[in-house]
Amino acid sequence: MDLVNVLFIAPFLDMADAPVFLAEVVISGVLTGVMYSLVALGFVLIFKASGVFNFAQGAMVLFAALTLVGLMERGVPVWLALIGTAAVMVALAFVIERVMLRPLINQEGIILFMATIGLDFLLQGVGQIAWGSNVKVLNIGIPNKSFEVGGILLNEFDLFAALIAAVLVGVLAVFFQKTAIGRALRAVADDHQAALAVGIPLKTIWVIVWSVAGIVALVAGIMWGAKSGVQFSLSLIALKSLPVLILGGFTSIPGAIIGGLIIGVGEKIAEIYWGPAFGGAIEGWFAYMLALVFLLFRPQGLFGERIIERV
Amino acid sequence: MLYREAGQFKTSYAKDQAVFPIIQDRWFIALILVVAYGVVPFVANEYWLQAVLIPFLIFALAAIGLNLLTGYAGQLSLGTGAFMAVGAYATYKITTAFPEINILVVFVMSGFVAAGVGVVFGIPSLRIKGFYLAVATLAAQFFILWLFNKVGWFYNDNPSGTITAPPRTFLGIMVAGPEATAEVRYLISLTFLVIFALLAKNLVRGRIGRSWMAIRDMDVAAEIIGIRPLQTKLLAFAISSFYCGVAGAMFVFLWLGSAETEAFDIFVSFQVLFMVIIGGLGSILGSILGAAFITLVPIFLTNAPALVNLPMPTDLGKHIEEIIFGGMIIFFLIVEPNGFARLWQIAKEKLRRWPFPY
Repeated sequence: MDLVNVLFIAPFLDMADAPVFLAEVVISGVLTGVMYSLVALGFVLIFKASGVFNFAQGAMVLFAALTLVGLMERGVPVWLALIGTAAVMVALAFVIERVMLRPLINQEGIILFMATIGLDFLLQGVGQIAWGSNVKVLNIGIPNKSFEVGGILLNEFDLFAALIAAVLVGVLAVFFQKTAIGRALRAVADDHQAALAVGIPLKTIWVIVWSVAGIVALVAGIMWGAKSGVQFSLSLIALKSLPVLILGGFTSIPGAIIGGLIIGVGEKIAEIYWGPAFGGAIEGWFAYMLALVFLLFRPQGLFGERIIERV
Repeated sequence: MLYREAGQFKTSYAKDQAVFPIIQDRWFIALILVVAYGVVPFVANEYWLQAVLIPFLIFALAAIGLNLLTGYAGQLSLGTGAFMAVGAYATYKITTAFPEINILVVFVMSGFVAAGVGVVFGIPSLRIKGFYLAVATLAAQFFILWLFNKVGWFYNDNPSGTITAPPRTFLGIMVAGPEATAEVRYLISLTFLVIFALLAKNLVRGRIGRSWMAIRDMDVAAEIIGIRPLQTKLLAFAISSFYCGVAGAMFVFLWLGSAETEAFDIFVSFQVLFMVIIGGLGSILGSILGAAFITLVPIFLTNAPALVNLPMPTDLGKHIEEIIFGGMIIFFLIVEPNGFARLWQIAKEKLRRWPFPY
């Protein structure tokens, strides 16, 4: 009876008692979710276009943030540092395609996955050697003041982050739907062979996709870096974005966003209302369990393409 | 010239079906075993046994376990660390509750506990596969470690939160605990690896192994020719987790001496996966070679600057290590995606003709 109370009654009473607090929890969850989405977005882009499960996305986030901070520490103005970092990420995409992806073409997914784990180690090492491994403060002038709306405490920075994410998704959507390159990308995602047959250069497409993923990583790196400092743990959020992918589906951009929001909110609510019943710190595994349970009912995720088996 | 099988006629079915049908292979294995049992314990010093050989043997066992699951049955798993933790904690609980049970028996018992846990977390594999399954096994990884950290019962409410190997003997010789010598622990690890590697070798060429491979290659087709996916997949999870559990028990009781849950974190899972892939998916020998490579490379990289008298700050050294390690993995995958097992096979084919061109 006690268990039932702790699990099914008390949390909801707590929620009803303090609606303002609940709203704050939800909002903070939404904002964490946006951050997860930004990382998951990079995964989805690469998975869609090349079928590579890019484990190095987290390392790319770290690498981009480190490069940006490093450039700024050397007195480069913010706008120039941003352009410079973006250029570095594009250059990185070229190198990855030339050195790693091209020789591994037509290998099995797991081999490519392993290669990206190798890339993960490599990028972490390079980034930290080039720019130092101590925790750095990233400040590019995003406002960071708190204000109240209807008794709910909000932070300008968080709103800014949500806005950036929304803009990014909008730009990506336009890019994918309206431009010629976007159409080519979708064609490659649908069917590599057919895309090749109608004359779409696969190698160029891969460079573009990895560049876009690199720039998305840069945006994610700026947001996470400005929030919690640029440090090694940034690369670990890649692990957190995996359940987001599962929930949203590996191949869906809206899925990455909505999955991120669900995981972000769910995690915060679970931690605050159900955490005490389990002895706390359930944030670490809650997302994975949620994804696991979800998978049992819908293996392709919320918006993923239906998995069709052909023999 | 040396590796010639011409003239080796198999005159009975038993000979034809032997694990090592070629006489040179048998001699080679015998030689390795003689060196490993008869020479190494007397020659190697404490550092080599403790820092190199024991972890290599233990990780080789875990890698064989993961290879059974990923290489043979085709189920990608990132939960190896957690299954090893189950083995270690089960051993700790059993041996502290029943000190009179022989510790080596306890290792095997905790393997069975790990197998049970593995089956539970293998259930999603019936619905999902590939990377989706890999993420699902991450749930096992994080949940199990959290559980072992939170619930005091698992570490006997030890205030430090660690599990420590109590002194245990086998045939009157200390095998676990602070007083056990490295030689003894090495020999025990070696024996476990040899026995379980042979078992695995026989397992994968029998009916069970063949049904795993059928599931790996195309599960729908396998189902149609009469292989039950439920039993086959769950058996793969059970046996793989059994191996990992035994390896995890040895990890704490024969190598570290005491450990917290951090010893089994996600990086252990990745490390074992590296071993399996670098060694070669679907190869028992490959798992052992991969384990040797992955345990030796970081040790080599850590010691290399000192060997050439190159002073290097620790953190810079660590990052360079990361770079070289990551670079080597990519390089190996590009050069030989099928791993050491394939290289070994190519070497044998070359040796067969050597030194003549035909």
